[in-house]
Amino acid sequence: MSLHSANEGKYAIEARNMSIYYGTFRAVKQVNLAIERQKITALIGPSGCGKSTVLRSFNRMNDLVASARVEGEILFHGQNLYAPSVDAVEVRRRIGMVFQKPNPFPKSIYENIAFGPRVNGWKGSKSEMDELVERSLRGAALWDEVKDKLHESGLALSGGQQQRLCIARALAVQPEVILMDEPCSALDPISTLKVEELMMELRKDYTIIIVTHSMQQASRASDNTAFFLMDPEDRAGTLIEYGPTNELFMAPKDKRTEEYITGRFG
Amino acid sequence: MVNTKDVTMDQARLEARELARTASAQAIDFRRRPRLGETIIQALLFICAAISILTTVGIVYVLVRDALLFFKLEEVTLWKFFTETMWAPQIGAVGILPLLSATLITSLIAMLVALPLGLGAAIYLSEYASQRVRGLLKPILEILAGVPTVVYGYFALTFMTPVLQALFGRDTVQVYNMASAGLVMGIMILPLVASMSEDALAAVPSQLREGAYGLGATRFETAVRVVLPAALSGILAAFIVAMSRAVGETMIVALAAGAGPALTFNPFQAAETMTGHIARITSGDISYGSIQYDSVFAIGLALFVMTLILNIISGSIVRRFREVYD
Repeated sequence: MSLHSANEGKYAIEARNMSIYYGTFRAVKQVNLAIERQKITALIGPSGCGKSTVLRSFNRMNDLVASARVEGEILFHGQNLYAPSVDAVEVRRRIGMVFQKPNPFPKSIYENIAFGPRVNGWKGSKSEMDELVERSLRGAALWDEVKDKLHESGLALSGGQQQRLCIARALAVQPEVILMDEPCSALDPISTLKVEELMMELRKDYTIIIVTHSMQQASRASDNTAFFLMDPEDRAGTLIEYGPTNELFMAPKDKRTEEYITGRFG
Repeated sequence: MVNTKDVTMDQARLEARELARTASAQAIDFRRRPRLGETIIQALLFICAAISILTTVGIVYVLVRDALLFFKLEEVTLWKFFTETMWAPQIGAVGILPLLSATLITSLIAMLVALPLGLGAAIYLSEYASQRVRGLLKPILEILAGVPTVVYGYFALTFMTPVLQALFGRDTVQVYNMASAGLVMGIMILPLVASMSEDALAAVPSQLREGAYGLGATRFETAVRVVLPAALSGILAAFIVAMSRAVGETMIVALAAGAGPALTFNPFQAAETMTGHIARITSGDISYGSIQYDSVFAIGLALFVMTLILNIISGSIVRRFREVYD
């Protein structure tokens, strides 16, 4: 299998020998992880295992931390995202992100959605933007709830609605991959369920990578699961096991995975 | 083995809790008891608050009382005060317009310097500068804020005015002129604008920035389209505070803007501001109870009302534009 087909075909993102440093501290070491296209991949593991750091390296959000540095390769369409010629802004347009805490801009619902396209050089007309806003909100299963108040503040929505607004906002720039960093940890169970249903729907068009603390969420709402753990010796996050979610949960190959998913620690 | 140990530990804990409960039922005394230290502290803090309020009330009282003396004079009417174009109370010309226009022109020039530069500096410090650069630049800005205004005044007179004369010609730029005073006043206010705006920008939660970056926004787009609007109320408040600072500034305009009321809109000409006029008149030998003496209080009251209005505007702006991000 050639490198090209590996990237254009089955895998959306492929991390090879990836290590992530904060200053001299190695936070994540030697991760090899191939993310399947149009699947939901869950990254699980106890706090401090580096799963969020890994997620944030996929769209170069770690660049915002001055001391952060990535070694190895992260391939996206066959290109290393950390090659010197790659523009992080362009990467983030194609690999969108939804954060732990809903963070709508203090603008109207409409402007929240329109922001992404506008900063990415949107040239369409007003009516085309209206359409894009509607499509994005429908895509995030929020349209029916907000269609009559598009020009009210996004902050007036409930927490769950705000998070779906943030998902809609990410959809509006038409990314290929959506990274979700514990998107439900600040939400109530009903809102969580809605977001999970939405993820299943989005999987038809997008590749989704989700960091979650909830093993139920990972087992309910993901196709593949990667289990991370902090190496007790050098405190670096390590990928322990990666595979189809049902296999990993039903028949974990590694003893540490089994201990974690059966709740013996973490 | 382990289990039995747990059980005995639990039992011991239960017993201890039971003991504590019976003991406390006898001993706790919920009666109110006097706390002298608390009372004294409360009284001292109240006095601190009261002193500043009483001082303000006292100042307003004196201002209004003596200003009323001025307005009760036969030759003075409110109409004349606001419409006449000459200020020379000793000969009955009591139009505040020349002083007011000089104050507004110098303040406007100062704002034209301080707002863009101050805001630019704030955006740079909060959104672009690294920790190290910020640690270096902020103290320097604060030094700028600590320079005595009299130094700025002579800087205007001996540096800025010659520069302006070199640029625009000696015939155009008078030795005392509003432009020079206004420009230097802008430099003086710049650190205030920068520092207050930077506080407002820094208070915007980093999640908002991350949200923008996550959508493919550049640093500049993030700063201007997300962070700046979110910090707008704080920045507008900074602008208004800067404006009242400019209106109230005395030393620079007294030294560099001119020493005589003149109604002119040419910034290269000399004109005396309200504050500058008060400073000059009161440092001479005017006699108590003369029309000039009373006129000073009228100008003071007008200044006070102007800054009060600015402060009220700033308060309402802050309330109106406040964006809650949580």
